[in-house]
Amino acid sequence: MIAHAIFFYVFSVIAVVSAIMVTVSKNTVHSVFFLILDFISISCLFIMIGAEFLGMIMLIVYVGAVAVLFLFVVMMLNVAQQKNQWFVSKDSSGHIPIGLLISVIIFFELIIVIGGWKYKPDLFNSAKSTIDKGISNTHSLGQVLYTDYIHVFQISGMILLIAMIGAIVLTFRQREGVKKQSYIKQISRERAEGVEVLEVASNKGVKIDD
Amino acid sequence: MEYLNIIFQESYKILFLLVPVLVSVAMIVWLDRRVWAFVQKRQGPNVVGPFGLLQSLADALKYIFKEIIIPASSNKVIFILAPIITMTLALIAWAVIPFGAEKVLADINVGILYIFAVSSLGVYGIIMGGWASNSKYPFLGAIRSAAQMVSYEVSIGIIIINVLLCVGSLNLNDIVIAQKEMWFVIPLFPMFVIFFISALAETNRPPFDLPEAEAELVAGYQTEYSGMMYAMFWLGEYANILLMCALGSILFLGGWLSPIDLYPFNLIPGALWLIFKILFLFILFALVKAIVPRYRYDQLMRLGWKIFLPLSLTYVVLTASYLFYFNLLPTI
Repeated sequence: MIAHAIFFYVFSVIAVVSAIMVTVSKNTVHSVFFLILDFISISCLFIMIGAEFLGMIMLIVYVGAVAVLFLFVVMMLNVAQQKNQWFVSKDSSGHIPIGLLISVIIFFELIIVIGGWKYKPDLFNSAKSTIDKGISNTHSLGQVLYTDYIHVFQISGMILLIAMIGAIVLTFRQREGVKKQSYIKQISRERAEGVEVLEVASNKGVKIDD
Repeated sequence: MEYLNIIFQESYKILFLLVPVLVSVAMIVWLDRRVWAFVQKRQGPNVVGPFGLLQSLADALKYIFKEIIIPASSNKVIFILAPIITMTLALIAWAVIPFGAEKVLADINVGILYIFAVSSLGVYGIIMGGWASNSKYPFLGAIRSAAQMVSYEVSIGIIIINVLLCVGSLNLNDIVIAQKEMWFVIPLFPMFVIFFISALAETNRPPFDLPEAEAELVAGYQTEYSGMMYAMFWLGEYANILLMCALGSILFLGGWLSPIDLYPFNLIPGALWLIFKILFLFILFALVKAIVPRYRYDQLMRLGWKIFLPLSLTYVVLTASYLFYFNLLPTI
């Protein structure tokens, strides 16, 4: 039990400190690395409460895919150069009230969640009841997800699909003059259209490219 | 005191796993070079030791005694962290590989997800190394490898779903035992081929070694590295290749099961069968390196997204409907 507590505190301290470092660090690439550290320690916490499936999915989806794309974008944009202009320029100070509003909302949401947990203890028990069945985490999750919540699950999948198509449509642009390789065109080329036999008059030559 | 005992026992187990893995990584580098040479009618490394077997050890000694150069304009912490991360991630994934019914370091419920997660983290070593070098070629190599590994992970994930549909468990030992009747390579043969090619791309092996294409990018993300740090990248890469071979033999070739459940084959321990299968897949890897020319970048992306992804998704639907129609879906 002591080892469990030690591991819990180590991971949660790493999670909180790296979450703070995400916002504090001046280099944007460093913030993304701290974000990754945060994700990893949170997935360790998931594994510690017995939700190993969620922990692994967190690693695969957030660390393995989402954060890679984050890094990709941040490195390509080279945001590090404009780090100090954000609070100095006057027109960007309009973002501060919005940020404050959002943080206040998140704070109250957290209070509601934690307070509800504290004053209604059976809420925690009802959530726990699906775990203690002697079957693995993945099975119990699948049994709930594909029976009781199948419609919600399917609808969220559709929303994600639509969001993906929307993102592709918004960023898609057709550029002129881009050379593309067409495999079918290359394979279906015959000798008749590829090779041409010409009578070349001496000292005159022929013009091929036109 | 009890904790200390547990820690000592586990450390012994870990050492017994890691030391053979590291030694076999060194041997496999030699094998790779020999196979490559024989295909091209050369001799390959044959001077140090019998058949050149000690060549990798000699190379390792050379790397240890070389100077480690850290570029002045690099981001030093991340520059040093990158090879360490590559190496660590390549080694921790071996914890869940089963070498027999009981011979596994950590028999966890979500073993296959763990391997998948660790191999998807492997891209960070490369990105960090490329970015921290603060130079053109490493950065280009890192960007390329990020896109490449993310794309091919998608198809590997869907291929794993195919296998999981037939097994009904995420535990690697359960996956092996489910193949007692028939190895999955027979019903899922197209998936095995796609898995093999995706594994080549995932481990940056030729013909998909664009992150380190020496003709365009010098050595890609490794350009600024030297000495032991370069060797760690290199060891991590080969450990990853071995891991992918192990994963392929567990998913499709029956892991530690013997090919025929008859008398003379039963006597050979399961761990040896797994090693034979890993070696078979690795020789295929080495042959591909010798035979196939390098892909162009757009061809690589096209192959991943436009061919492998739809093919493997279609096969998921096919497998699921076949299992459902003939009532073969696994029960808990």
